[in-house]
Amino acid sequence: MNFSVSKTSAIILMTSALALGACQKKAPEELPPVQQTTSTPAPTPAPTPTGPTVGSQAHFEQAVGSSSVIYFDTDRFNIDSTDAAALQAQAQYFARFPQLTFTIEGHCDERGTREYNLALGERRANAAKNYLVSLGVSPDRIRTVSYGKERPVALASNPQAWAQNRRAASIIIN
Amino acid sequence: MKTPLFLTAALLFAAPLAAQSTDLGEPMGDGGEVETAFEQDAGEEDASGLTGSTTDTSDWTDLGIAIPAFATDRDRETAANADGTAALGREVARVITANLRNNGLFKPTGPDSLPSPSFAQITSPSWGSWSGRGAEMLVHGYVRGRDDGRLVVGCYLYDVALQDELIREGWVVRPADWRRAAHKCSDLIYARLTGEDPFFDSRIAYIAETGPKDARVKRLAVMDSDGANHRFLTLGSATALTPRYSPDYSKILYLSYVDGNPRIYVYDIGTGRQTLVTENRNPTLAPRWSPDGRFILFSMAVAGNTDIYRVPVTGGQSVRLTDTPGIDIGGSYSPDGRQIVFESDRSGTQQCYVMDADGSNQRRITFFGGRCATPEWSPRGDQIAFTRIAGDFNIAVMTPAGRNLRVLTNGWQDEAPTWAPNGRIIQFFRTTRNAGRSSLWQVDLTGRNERRLPTPVDASDPAWGPIRP
Repeated sequence: MNFSVSKTSAIILMTSALALGACQKKAPEELPPVQQTTSTPAPTPAPTPTGPTVGSQAHFEQAVGSSSVIYFDTDRFNIDSTDAAALQAQAQYFARFPQLTFTIEGHCDERGTREYNLALGERRANAAKNYLVSLGVSPDRIRTVSYGKERPVALASNPQAWAQNRRAASIIIN
Repeated sequence: MKTPLFLTAALLFAAPLAAQSTDLGEPMGDGGEVETAFEQDAGEEDASGLTGSTTDTSDWTDLGIAIPAFATDRDRETAANADGTAALGREVARVITANLRNNGLFKPTGPDSLPSPSFAQITSPSWGSWSGRGAEMLVHGYVRGRDDGRLVVGCYLYDVALQDELIREGWVVRPADWRRAAHKCSDLIYARLTGEDPFFDSRIAYIAETGPKDARVKRLAVMDSDGANHRFLTLGSATALTPRYSPDYSKILYLSYVDGNPRIYVYDIGTGRQTLVTENRNPTLAPRWSPDGRFILFSMAVAGNTDIYRVPVTGGQSVRLTDTPGIDIGGSYSPDGRQIVFESDRSGTQQCYVMDADGSNQRRITFFGGRCATPEWSPRGDQIAFTRIAGDFNIAVMTPAGRNLRVLTNGWQDEAPTWAPNGRIIQFFRTTRNAGRSSLWQVDLTGRNERRLPTPVDASDPAWGPIRP
């Protein structure tokens, strides 16, 4: 059921992605209002001679900002509207640099058992991959890997840290 | 960071699936055989001492047992102890004392606070010197160095009040295996006094953890049931998880990220080599053995959806046992091999299910309100241990029908139970809040006797093997 929701919004997003040729970040009207994210993505890279080069993680993150990572609710793996906007920014970047391949890492918080979390991380990485594919990114360019709860980024044991760890992170391979 | 990513990319987009072994340490080789030198005739056995079998430990935890140094017929050099066979005899008694004390069994008194019997007194105890010590039971034994370098270890259990022998047994071991003789003597005493099956002569595979919470190094490691003979089997450059000893101790199944992806490997202990459990690009998780060691259960994620499969150890076609859009993972065979308990979130949350070994007749067994994860069927068949998630994680047991649920631990995060070979004790790992430190613990079925197992570094994912062959 999550996939059918994703597919619907994917079509909407693809349409709006085409409409928004200038990479402006703007949530589609059809979607419910999303929570304001603290950092605003900078979709247009500033091509300075000394800046990060295409093919590096730094270049990707400079281009999409915080949109290189999407976050999930507890035990969930569906793509919500915030995730959809972030993946749209990623899709635009990968459309601009079609030579790039990348890995989507699926992660979980520590409040699940080790083996189950490995499987849940697979779901999350694949949900992000499927969404990007629906936005036109070739599946051949996307590798997925689950790290379960083995690689947290936030180290405390509280709801804020767990929310940061329930994520799918896109990492440039080359 | 760059280099491994580049390597995995090459594997993914070019020719994947060579079984990389770059994280493996030195092989430890096969263990030695333990030959039984003598045992009591069945008709000779005296039914005195404790009668019947007891399931509640309170009946015999107060039993005092004196365990003086094992004697030797003549003190001679041995590869097992730099100070000779007499010193080794004292060490054997210390190991037995620690076994019985650490597991909350009995009230043992060890060789360092007892007189040492002579070799002749082993089969003819000096009763007068033992009756006044508050010990109802007396263990005697000897260590004899043979000309071929091997050791003969004899073990005798006496009832002090009755002044009678309860049981005896002896073994021939290589010097390197002297501790196994001490464990076999511990097992002999334990089984005779409790009526339970033995468990000391067994090994544990686990994951050794070091480093900060966001950069943990996780290595495959093994040790004896008392923590001795510890070995790291992987070097730590790749994360290793969830090991399982084969029933004959010749192999270990475990998950490794050595090629950049989570995959199950079959590690051969004798040769130190490993192979993939299945030649497949998909991630494979949660390895398990069938009780006869002929089949491997594994879980595989295909396009993000995880199901449980079975494959013969000798290789060949994998059979898919579950087929739901939910996560179906893990699995633990009943001791007769006819059923499998496993974990699935097909209902919306993690719950435990039982199916026939061919995948048919799947039915949910847990309805207690919380979640059920990592179910493990007891070697006795009468209980299933699992991780109970209800806020915190605890270790709990229930019947195979999901009834009589009992919570045995109360840590913040107690996870992944594994059974002692006799189904009386459960080990698990405990993670601390915030710091993320992990350690191995064990608890008996009453929940009263809980203790931490000593490991050189932090530890998780214990997997207790059967009694050694």
